Amino acid sequence: MQNKEIKFLEESFKKYYFDHFDLIHVPKRTSEREFGFQKFNSGMIRHISLKDDKELHLLLMQNTPSDVYCSNAYYSFPNQPMNEKDWKEADLIFDIDAKDLHLDCRQHHSVTKCNECNQISNTNNHCSKCNSTKIEIKSLPCKHCIDGSKKEVVKLLNILVDDLDVEKHNIEIYFSGNEGFHVYAYNSQFQELGSRERSELVDYIMFRGTIPETFGMKKLKPNRSLFPEFNEKGWRGRLSKEIFGSKSKRSKIISDLISDGYSNFQKRLENLSTSIGSQIDPNVTMDIHRIFRLPGSLNSKSGLSKVLCTDLQKFDPYSDSSFLNENTIEITANCPIEFKLKNKKFGPYYEEQTTVPTFAAVYMICKNLARIS
Amino acid sequence: MITLGKDEIAKYPFLADAGQYLKDKGFTLQQFGVDPDLKISLEKALNRVQVSADGKIYKSDLIDGEASKDYVLEREVFSFLLAIVLLKLTKMNTLIKRFALAEARRAEKYLEKDLANITDESKKELAVKIIDDLFSIQIKKQDDYFIIPISNYLKYSINFHEREWKLVNRHVGAGYVYLTPHETVRLIRKELSNYISSKIINAKMPSMILGFEEPVQKLILLSKKFATYTITTGEYPPCIKHAIEILEKGENLPHSGRFMLATFLLSRNQSIEQIAPLFKNAPDYNERVTLYQLNHLAGTSGSGTQYSCPSCEKLKTQNLCFAIPECDNIINPLQFGKRRK
Ligand code: SF4
Ligand SMILES: [Zn+2]
Ligand SMILES: [Zn+2]
Repeated sequence: MQNKEIKFLEESFKKYYFDHFDLIHVPKRTSEREFGFQKFNSGMIRHISLKDDKELHLLLMQNTPSDVYCSNAYYSFPNQPMNEKDWKEADLIFDIDAKDLHLDCRQHHSVTKCNECNQISNTNNHCSKCNSTKIEIKSLPCKHCIDGSKKEVVKLLNILVDDLDVEKHNIEIYFSGNEGFHVYAYNSQFQELGSRERSELVDYIMFRGTIPETFGMKKLKPNRSLFPEFNEKGWRGRLSKEIFGSKSKRSKIISDLISDGYSNFQKRLENLSTSIGSQIDPNVTMDIHRIFRLPGSLNSKSGLSKVLCTDLQKFDPYSDSSFLNENTIEITANCPIEFKLKNKKFGPYYEEQTTVPTFAAVYMICKNLARIS
Repeated sequence: MITLGKDEIAKYPFLADAGQYLKDKGFTLQQFGVDPDLKISLEKALNRVQVSADGKIYKSDLIDGEASKDYVLEREVFSFLLAIVLLKLTKMNTLIKRFALAEARRAEKYLEKDLANITDESKKELAVKIIDDLFSIQIKKQDDYFIIPISNYLKYSINFHEREWKLVNRHVGAGYVYLTPHETVRLIRKELSNYISSKIINAKMPSMILGFEEPVQKLILLSKKFATYTITTGEYPPCIKHAIEILEKGENLPHSGRFMLATFLLSRNQSIEQIAPLFKNAPDYNERVTLYQLNHLAGTSGSGTQYSCPSCEKLKTQNLCFAIPECDNIINPLQFGKRRK
């Protein structure tokens, strides 16, 4: 990105922050949190502590950051270096990202941008012009991707509420501002857990590391009565619904499972992990010192806002999280994928000059698929 | 504080206030060294420590946690209290760790039985209370299970490396993990042994008592034997020393650490019989499994390939490396001490 583009993004971001202070708030227990931010084309500044909304708004105005972050952890001294912060506890946090779902549609809305010659290609491992492998993949997630992420969120919510006893009113879902969702769980029994314990929760939620015995399958002399029933709690109940389908088929299917044998059952369990487990990013949940995109702030990968989803099913990121202004600007776009923002269609553009509203220009410039003319 | 009945003190002697108990019974420590009738308790105490040093559990005179005669119960408690005195006088940490682990395993059996007791509600309540008081784990009975909050469960279960202890392989519902009495006590074995050893370590140091010299001497000799077979570690690199230390403390060494240690020692031409006892103190020790695994690594069974010790680089990623300046210029622990500048 050149200076012209950076200047344009900074101006647009600044205007957003100035006009939308109502959307951007410090989280509860502010003084125990660590904040951090990044500016366009520069490194991360962290270990900041803030008192209230006013200080946050001041920071936004003075620095026009590209991204703003806040810890899910609570510290005694959030502005000290990490090992002197005195970690107290951390909210449970989950990241679900469409790119981790490996959906088939992805190839249709991804392009690669060559870092050497700037060529945009549809090939996915090298530049079609100069053959360089120094490429960046740019994806403009589609509705299908967003729906896929929503499904994972729903699976996660069920596990959180039914199995882990997190109360519904203590859960918040945010659109990440780019390709997925962030789920926060507050005030649970897990606040004080360390990283190793959280990694066990991750495996639980993702349905990883299972053994056949847990679901009644034994190496020697399998016993029909050990297989799960429909109404059981937790994974046994969920698995029985998944593999038996209906109560009437249970008996027949158990016979099949037993005759297929132990190691086939084991494989079956492993494969089920992606369909019945929730595909969260394990590293995010395990990390208890991370700073996380601040709700209400802009995502510099898209110019969309990280916003609270009160009705997940109805939520449409391309109309509900685009808050930048409508002033038009002339750009040179090289964006071969059509996209929709605020109910307006844009593109495809093939290295052409065009005049578009700021929110659409920012979207393409953030994806590195356009520049200021 | 938990109030204990006579037979309960015998089952859980580490809960008793030692000095008070002796006083209540009208005895002094000195009497045990000289009174021929009481000396049997001292012998039992010595035996209790010796057995534990061997990685076994002391066989008590109690039958199902009960005794027909009161004096049997008393002797049971005395032998525990005297064992502590002997350990203090012997001042050997390895013996204390081993004793604490063996006593924890012994108590575990009673705790399990008490938890599972359906005819005597008070027994179950006591076991629940012990677990709560000592480890602040609140267990509740629900149908045939004991349920404990998931967060409590995880604190202990992450130290086990068998897959069956993973949360995903547990019955979980509404924020709780469902456990059998056996699993419940197994979960806290390590804590129980820590509790017992800290009790011993914090106990007041007695001065030598007439008649105790001989058993103390025997124990010192015994602990020397341990010292020679494990602590010939002078030439061992820090990663290996560290792994041995963990095992000696009866703490959990991750699978990767066991692999490193076993392959290292096998490469140094130690025999399986020499190596196996090292693992005895592991919280999940199983002789048969250990021998099987060692044979596998040595290539004497199965595929026939002998496994080699992982590289320093690999061990670094597994957090098993504790490099010191002498580690410079080596890429495998086996080279440690062999290259001289
Ligand atoms: S450098 Fe190698 S030999 Fe030294 S402690 Fe680390 S792993 Fe062991
Ligand atoms: Zn190129
Ligand atoms: Zn898609």
